[in-house]
Amino acid sequence: MGNTVLMKGNEAIGEAAIRAGCLNYFAYPITPQSEVAEYLSRRLPEVGGVFLQGESEVAVSYMIFGASAGGARVFTTSSSPGISLMSEGLSYIAAAMCPAVIVNIMRGGPGLGGILPSQADYLQATKGLGHGDFRLLVLAPASVQEAVEMVMTAFPLAEKYRNPVMILGDGLIGQMMEPVEFPEHLKTEAINKDSWATNGMATRRSDQRNLVKSLYLDPKELNDHNLRLKAKYEQMKRDEVRYEAYHTDTDYKVLIVSYGTMSRVCRTAIDQLQEEGIDVGMIRPQSLYPFPEKAIAEAAGKHSCIAVACIEMSMGQMVEDVEKAINNRRQVSWFGKCGGEIPTPEDIQEHVKSLVKSK
Amino acid sequence: MGKPFKKPEALSDQITHYCPGCTHGVIHRLVAEAIDELGIRRRTVGIAPVGCAVLAYNYFTFDFQEASHGRAPAMATGLKRVRPDLVVFTYQGDGDLASIGMAEIIHAANRGEKFTTIFVNNAVYGMTGGQMAPTTMPGQRTTTSPSGRDVEAVGWPIKMAELLAALETPGYISRQTVIKPKYIRKAKKAIKQAFEYQLENRCFSFVELISTCPTNWGMTPVEAVQWAEETMLPYYRLGDYKIPEENKND
Amino acid sequence: MSYQHHIDKERCKGCGLCVSVCPKKVLEMATEINDKGYFPAYQARPEDCVFCAMCSEMCPDVAISICQVDDNVVGKTRQESTHG
Repeated sequence: MGNTVLMKGNEAIGEAAIRAGCLNYFAYPITPQSEVAEYLSRRLPEVGGVFLQGESEVAVSYMIFGASAGGARVFTTSSSPGISLMSEGLSYIAAAMCPAVIVNIMRGGPGLGGILPSQADYLQATKGLGHGDFRLLVLAPASVQEAVEMVMTAFPLAEKYRNPVMILGDGLIGQMMEPVEFPEHLKTEAINKDSWATNGMATRRSDQRNLVKSLYLDPKELNDHNLRLKAKYEQMKRDEVRYEAYHTDTDYKVLIVSYGTMSRVCRTAIDQLQEEGIDVGMIRPQSLYPFPEKAIAEAAGKHSCIAVACIEMSMGQMVEDVEKAINNRRQVSWFGKCGGEIPTPEDIQEHVKSLVKSK
Repeated sequence: MGKPFKKPEALSDQITHYCPGCTHGVIHRLVAEAIDELGIRRRTVGIAPVGCAVLAYNYFTFDFQEASHGRAPAMATGLKRVRPDLVVFTYQGDGDLASIGMAEIIHAANRGEKFTTIFVNNAVYGMTGGQMAPTTMPGQRTTTSPSGRDVEAVGWPIKMAELLAALETPGYISRQTVIKPKYIRKAKKAIKQAFEYQLENRCFSFVELISTCPTNWGMTPVEAVQWAEETMLPYYRLGDYKIPEENKND
Repeated sequence: MSYQHHIDKERCKGCGLCVSVCPKKVLEMATEINDKGYFPAYQARPEDCVFCAMCSEMCPDVAISICQVDDNVVGKTRQESTHG
């Protein structure tokens, strides 16, 4: 067990990468995550790492591509509009099968939006993050500690799948201070990348050169490449589903599906409702891609359950995934607020009660 | 009298897809010769652009990365920062470097990133079929300037060597051409010098090479050489625009 | 020591740049096409060649090479470029 320290989320995320064995960071400032860069600009030189503030998120997305293609562990952090700028780069990184870790500290959108927390990049992260057939492995922490653990786990995951991994946080996680520890067992060694990385023929002691590219002009080759990527995502769906169940051992009338910091507000609401004799269960997805479809379907299929509620800090981006998971066996309602307005436990209680009343 | 001549080891055997008379082939060879002579092939990584040279990686026998349009200097920055022992160069055309990639090249040069950029200036967008480039000459007809480049409407061609030389950060910034043997020798010298500065970990190095595009200029290769000499060289003057020994802050 | 000049006619794209730079007017374009349909360059007057290598340096396709030949070694063969 390590030391427990009180740390701001953004700084803890930066420290987590270092503790995981990643000493290379390229980023561009954007509220509400600039503190990661500020922290790492001091910390990385202390550990002999590489820190560079790039000229834009576009440039940064290619800096991490170049570094990763050369065989190094690398990560970046940004927030919603900056992530949009990285779309093309992420498509290239995924297509070229390079590992990378990207942290999105979500803010209000769309457009310039606002600087307060949101969960309005769910669709972007899980469905729309760039052109072509590719996916990101997306993990969603609900606390600073969980963010630390997910960041540390993201590096070996990215290397295992040779794919970018996204940690989808929000401004609350970025800005809050919570107690954190950095588990020693989550520090991992980088895997050997000699079979594909452009780390120099001399480094590999080989006469075979490596080429990192994403261009396949021959249609059969490109189709084969896409099938290879698809097989990877199928494996992710089998092996990387993560979720937490809360209160699902009761005969709950309503099942809440909520992730990230929103799920903590839901917990409070669930506890308060229980005191009033209303049972509510919750499935908290910890992986958004792959989505815990099976767990949600099972939980929604409980005999006592009459309704499913998506509670998000967005306009309901997760609803269609929940509907698909439960195959429309139950009505899926949505409650949420955007722009930095955070639903309160009372808001959620009211919503749940309205669902119970209407049946 | 006489001297031997053969293909450098750093260049592959593959016949290129470049058009007859395209000077990309000459530049590829000069880069490969410099790499051979400096003995750095096994620790060199090239970064290919989007443009006619998108397939450049097929013509070299060392590690290569493929960048998206304009972003090679960002990829080179990432790679060189994490692996300063590797010799890294980008190879870019007009659109890649002077249009979409303008921010990346200026900032890489300004940060003094220790990689080398080979910039192929042929005043037109080749791969996509001959559209106007930021480097297209006044009055030059292209598929998107059918009446000739109108400087009143779209401004004058950008002189990248001068632009980058104006930055305070030390660097090696040179403009050469490969259109005739008398220029090719100087171009080779500049390219080799650029890599030498990188080997010394001295500064950012950049060699702009005035080149021909016979196909999109609508000329024979020999006519294209003449047009380049008469029209481009008076505007894009050859020479070393900045060497790292001159420190502007002295 | 002497030299041998060789044009790989299948690499040549018939651009004509070598012809334009040869100081001794040795080279011309063939009248028969190669496998790719180009009219390759060839040495029309090989006896005038001084092996200055300007053609090699100009060639974008590295189609022209010049190798040193040990005069004492007999029968060293190199496929001669042909013209027609």
